[in-house]
Amino acid sequence: MSRRYDSRTTIFSPEGRLYQVEYAMEAIGHAGTCLGILASDGIVLAAEKRNTNKLLDEISFSEKIYKLHDDMACSVAGITSDANVLTNQLRLFAQRHLLQYGEPIPCEQLVATLCDIKQAYTQFGGKRPFGVSILYVGWDKHHGFQLYQSDPSGNYGGWKATCIGNNSSAAVSMLKQEYKEGETNLKQALDLSIKVLSKTLDTNKLTADKVEIATLTRENNVTCIRILPTSEMEALVKKFEEEEAKAEAEKKKDKPSS
Amino acid sequence: MECLLGIKGRDFVLMASDCVVSAHGIVAMKKDHDKMFKMTDSLVMSVIGHGGDDVQFAEYIAKNIQLYRMRNGYNLSTKEAATFTRRNLADYLRSNTPYSVHLLIGGFDREEGASLYYMDYLATSTKVPFAVHGYGAYFTLSTMDRYYHDDMTQKEALHLLQRCIDEINTRFVINMPTYKIRIVDKDGIHDLDDMKPTGSGGSQGPESMVG
Repeated sequence: MSRRYDSRTTIFSPEGRLYQVEYAMEAIGHAGTCLGILASDGIVLAAEKRNTNKLLDEISFSEKIYKLHDDMACSVAGITSDANVLTNQLRLFAQRHLLQYGEPIPCEQLVATLCDIKQAYTQFGGKRPFGVSILYVGWDKHHGFQLYQSDPSGNYGGWKATCIGNNSSAAVSMLKQEYKEGETNLKQALDLSIKVLSKTLDTNKLTADKVEIATLTRENNVTCIRILPTSEMEALVKKFEEEEAKAEAEKKKDKPSS
Repeated sequence: MECLLGIKGRDFVLMASDCVVSAHGIVAMKKDHDKMFKMTDSLVMSVIGHGGDDVQFAEYIAKNIQLYRMRNGYNLSTKEAATFTRRNLADYLRSNTPYSVHLLIGGFDREEGASLYYMDYLATSTKVPFAVHGYGAYFTLSTMDRYYHDDMTQKEALHLLQRCIDEINTRFVINMPTYKIRIVDKDGIHDLDDMKPTGSGGSQGPESMVG
């Protein structure tokens, strides 16, 4: 039934749906997971790496995390080539703002500007929407640390913790339970992100080379966007595994032997 | 023929502009004209220029600054507003329709405190402690150099301004009987009474200046 209404992006179905936009979000649901967690002293952005082929050459900065300007970074889930086009636009907007106003673009303004572009692809032009959801992390002088999520429809929202990509709904419900607003610092956010990712990953075991983590913090009035090196990643994974083992042991002790 | 002055004090900016509107170079149309424009609650732009460029440009910038406020819910800082203004001047400079204006931008924000920017028709822009535009500059910058110091109080700044205005009255051939004054500080923009030259010449002004 929907066949008649989904080939062109720019028309509604009789039930008032935009099928192309929904299909784009479907595509993202199969992509590598990304999650973001807002802490009191910074933000964590974690992403599942899908390109773990040994033959791949060393990536310069990161596979899935893009730096947009001095105070903002983003991670994407979906079609990588679409993502490259969008991150390029984001960087362009950011620099244009810097040229016009002499100061870095506030986070929400950048997100909103890109979302206006994404929305245009759902209304006119006849081109398909971008098959990308983006998680943005940033700092600005108006609202401090912020986390935003945008999707192919051009909608965006500010979040305390959220997830996109494969198994994102499971991750979001986990975050809802475990995230403590106002009481989470960066270390706790890092531990929480490893815990959540281990549940959403396709493969059985979480290892340091399957995940990429970046943190955004402020030091001396300057924003630091840092990708965690393998050594720190391994330490975090090890810590997580030890905690899991302890929890398992506790459970076994409580259970009466049978 | 017109004159704009600006003095940055401890936590405020004092802006002053003459009030004469002239026609054909020789006729005084009006002597109580306000050449300052309110950009936001804590940002003032004073502007002089030819043929309507002054009002046109000032209103264009003011409306854009207001639009930013409407869209985003917060104001541009003084530095951002000055950069935006300068960017516009620079872009129009090499077009078929450049704006021929001189301006001073004075503002107060929480992070930077008081700031004063000097801008001219060539898109020169610089942050300064005090500034003058127009022929008046030739007569007053030396006075400002002599008596200005950092951290001036409002009283001291007004004193200094009075000296400058007296000097212009003494030595400049054009008659400028009043000056509009405004102060921009953390509580916003305050209109003060117009300042007029006193009888005495500027350089023989009150002896007790500093402290």
